[in-house]
Amino acid sequence: MAVSPGNIRKKALKAAFPYTIPVLTGFFVLGLAFGILISSKGYGFFWPTLVSIVVYAGSMQFVAVGMMAGGLEPLSIILMTLMVNARHLFYGLSMLEKYRGTGWMKPYLIFGLCDETYSILCTTEPAEGVDKNWFRFFVTLLNQIYWVVGSTVGGFIGMVIPFNTTGIDFALTALFIVIFLTQWQNVKGRPSALIGIFCAFLCRLIFGPDGFLIPAMLCILLTMTVLRQPLEKRYNRP
Amino acid sequence: MTTITMSTGESLIFFGLIAAVTMFTRFLPFLLFPENKKTPKYVEYLGLVLPYAIIGMLVVYCLKNATPLAYPFALPELISVVSIGLLQKWRNNMLLSIGGGTLLYMVLVQAVFV
Repeated sequence: MAVSPGNIRKKALKAAFPYTIPVLTGFFVLGLAFGILISSKGYGFFWPTLVSIVVYAGSMQFVAVGMMAGGLEPLSIILMTLMVNARHLFYGLSMLEKYRGTGWMKPYLIFGLCDETYSILCTTEPAEGVDKNWFRFFVTLLNQIYWVVGSTVGGFIGMVIPFNTTGIDFALTALFIVIFLTQWQNVKGRPSALIGIFCAFLCRLIFGPDGFLIPAMLCILLTMTVLRQPLEKRYNRP
Repeated sequence: MTTITMSTGESLIFFGLIAAVTMFTRFLPFLLFPENKKTPKYVEYLGLVLPYAIIGMLVVYCLKNATPLAYPFALPELISVVSIGLLQKWRNNMLLSIGGGTLLYMVLVQAVFV
């Protein structure tokens, strides 16, 4: 029986949507917060939408709003973006195999590999009979749509209603805590999670709040390398 | 109220740079390890363990400006983080946990610990 391309797509979209529901709610709130925040700095109208389409990196977008007051300082902008987004390198590394042979979709799958899309796709395989590539494509696309729509709506709310936005960027903290708690349910990952917290905390104490991300990442890499044997054993246990 | 210190052109370059560097961090692994090459075992191992560590690191990163030794003694953060944990445990609903935790934190920093 011949299956039309339209049916394959529809089936994949239907399979993908339920997985994105938690992100729908989380991203809408977070996008809303971002839109309100950036429009409170005088960047209303098209700005939240534009930034959420081309940058599409939640935490960096919040950090960027904080940096706008400092003006256009290319070097510090590049370094800050590298530091905040260096974790993407690790996401990429763990998706190398899954994104093999995804053809024309591949550039978009890589472009849209944010924390939440990653956390869905690294753990989820679609059901039998669902096209894997289209499934991954729709998870990635739906998540970005939620983010862009949330940002846009937030931007307009921010322009219409004057808002005391102090503390609204805590939405990001809340999101990471929720992701952390979700990951914590997987017993295999707990040592890694603790290593991450410990290294970051240690480096925050030593290097202060503004320059500790890179040392923290190096510290994590070093610890993971030293503890490779026991950790690998733990992961490969059935 | 903060005023704009950049022109529209400067702002476009500002966000353009951020977009370009962000794309660089996302594409680099795929450029370093193309489809026709076998990924080294060490890199595969890192791909397995790092995601957990990175989220832990990001939680610390978000709380980096808390001041446990000076007023308000990191209480807004502490109260909100615990509430998020409890909400998440109670309903396991991302919207409720994130929305509730954020609103609580905003009330705490705007009205309680002023």
